[in-house]
Amino acid sequence: MTRRDRPNPVLGGLSHVALFVWAATVILPILWTFLASFKNNTEIFTDPLGLPSSVSWSSWGRAWEKANVGQYLLNSVFVVVLATAGTMLLGSMAAYVLARFSFRGNRFVYLLFVSGMVFPVFLALVPLFFVVRNLGLLDTHTGLILVYIAYSLPFTVFFLSAFFRSLPASIAEAAMIDGASHTRTFFQIMVPMAKPGLISITIFNVIGQWNQYLLPIVLLSGNVEDKWVLTQGIANISTSAGYRSDWPSLFAALTMTIIPALLVYLVFQRQIQAGLTSGALK
Amino acid sequence: MPRGGARFVISFLALPVLIYLLFVIGPYAQAFYLSLTDWHGVTSNPQFIGTDNFVRLVKDPTFWTAVGHHALLVLVLPLATLAIALFFAFLLNMGSGTKGVWGSRFYQAVFFFPQVLAVAVVGVLFQAVYRPDQGGILNGLLGSVGIAPIGWLTQPNLALWSVIAVMVWQAVGFYVVLFAAGMSSIPKEIVEAAELDGCSRAGMFFRVTLPLLWDTVQVAWVYLGIAAFDGFALVAVLSVNRGGPDNATTVLPLEIWRTAFTFSKYGYASAMGVALFVLSLAFAVLTLRVTRRERIDYA
Repeated sequence: MTRRDRPNPVLGGLSHVALFVWAATVILPILWTFLASFKNNTEIFTDPLGLPSSVSWSSWGRAWEKANVGQYLLNSVFVVVLATAGTMLLGSMAAYVLARFSFRGNRFVYLLFVSGMVFPVFLALVPLFFVVRNLGLLDTHTGLILVYIAYSLPFTVFFLSAFFRSLPASIAEAAMIDGASHTRTFFQIMVPMAKPGLISITIFNVIGQWNQYLLPIVLLSGNVEDKWVLTQGIANISTSAGYRSDWPSLFAALTMTIIPALLVYLVFQRQIQAGLTSGALK
Repeated sequence: MPRGGARFVISFLALPVLIYLLFVIGPYAQAFYLSLTDWHGVTSNPQFIGTDNFVRLVKDPTFWTAVGHHALLVLVLPLATLAIALFFAFLLNMGSGTKGVWGSRFYQAVFFFPQVLAVAVVGVLFQAVYRPDQGGILNGLLGSVGIAPIGWLTQPNLALWSVIAVMVWQAVGFYVVLFAAGMSSIPKEIVEAAELDGCSRAGMFFRVTLPLLWDTVQVAWVYLGIAAFDGFALVAVLSVNRGGPDNATTVLPLEIWRTAFTFSKYGYASAMGVALFVLSLAFAVLTLRVTRRERIDYA
C-alpha cells in the first residue's frame, strides 16, 4: 500500500456499521420469510421475531401442490426458455445484418428497433391486448412468448449490433473467400466470436423476462390459472393468503420463488452483475 | 457487399421485423389514434372524438394525484438511490483505485441481490415487512424497543414513502456495483496526487471521484428517472387496494391498467398512455440537457 496515512479506525468502523446495516435489510426479510414458512399462523404474528417451535415441511407441500407453485414454476421456465432463445436468435440475426451489411433502409430499420426503447410499454398496452386477442393468442403461452420476444428486441438489437460492429471484419471475409455462405459465416464464425456479448444479453433477457409481471397479468387471464407464470401466481397467493388464512404456505411459496433466483445468483454472480450493468455502461 | 447479399439480408431481417412491427410498432401507433376515440367495451367501435379525452384528463383529479406522485418519485428515487449508492461505493473503494475495504465483494453481492428478484416477489416480501400490526417484521423490531405499531402502508401520508423506500432498497445494489466498477477504474495516480496535496476524504469524493464518475452518474439518473414513471408492479402488489389507501400511492401505469382492463375505457386509457409518454420523454430530454458536461477521458 502506497498510501501515506493509514485509514482512520473510527471512520472505518462506522463505515462497516453502515454497510452491515444495509446488508441486514437485504438478508433479514428473506431469512424471516424462510423461517416463517415453518411456523404456524399464531407463531408468525404473535412472535414475529421468534424461531419456529418445530420444523414442519407441511406448508411447503401445500404451497407446491394446492397453491400450484410447482405448476407456476414450470410455466415460467417454459416461457422464459423459449422466449429468451427466440429473442437471442432473432435479435442476433437482425443485429448482425444491420451492423455488417450496407443496404437501403438499413439506418431506418435500425432506428425503428432502437426507438422501441423510448416508449413506455403502458402506452402500447391496450392495442397490444387486442392484437394478441385478434390473433387468437390470448391466454396462451405462444402469445406471451411472442410478445416477450418482440419487447426484448429493441435493447437486444441495439446492444448486439454495437457488439458485431466492434468485431474485426477480416475473419468473416476470409471465410467468405473460402466459399462459406453468409448463413454459415454467421452461425459458425460470427456467433462464436460474439459469445461474450451474447452471454451478457442472454442473462439480461432471462432475468427481465423471468421477472415480468405486467405482460402476464394482461395476456394470461384468470380463466387459465394453470398457465400462469410465477410472478402473477405468487402475487395471487399473497392476496388469497389473507382470507384463506394460510400464511405459512404463502411464505413457503415465497421462499420457493426466491431460492432458485438465489442459487442461480450465487453461481453466476459476476456474469449477472456484468450482464445487468452492461446496459448502463454502453 | 458480396453477391447473394440481398437475399440473405431479407431472410435474416424478415421474421424479427415482422414480429416487432406486429407487437410493438403497430400497438404504439394505434395507441396515439385510440387516444382520440371514445372506445369502450370490446364490442363497440371506436368513434373519433378529437381531444375530448385529454380535456377530460386535465380535469381528472385521480390523474393529477398520480402525476403528483410521479413528480415526487422523479425527485426522491434518483436522489436517495444515488446518494446511498455513491456513499456505499465510495466506502467499498475508499476513494482509491486500489483495494477495497474488507468484505467488499461480499457486500456488493448482498446489496445487488434484490435486483435479480422480481418486483412482484419484492412486493409480497415487503407486505410481511410492513404489516400494520405487531406481527410485521418492522413493527416487530420496533415493538421490541417499545414503539407502537405503525401503519406503514395504511396511513395515507406515509404509504407512498414506504413504497419509495422499497424501490430504493431494490435499486441501490445495482448502482453500488456500477459505481464501484467506475471508481476502481479511476487511475491511482490521480488519487495519490490528490492525497499528496492533502485532500481530505470528503474532498476526495466531491473533487475527484464524483467529477470523474459524472458520466455514469448521469446515465444512472436517467435510468432511475425513467423507473420513476413506472412503479406499476410494486404498487399493484404491495399497496393497500392497488394504489390505496384512497389513491395515496397510485401511479399512472396503474391507472392506465385499471381504466383499460377493469373499466374497459380503452380510448381514455390510451390518452393516459400518451400523457405518460410525453411526461417521461420530457424528463429524459430535460435531464440530458441539464446535466451535460465535458466528458473526461483518461488519456
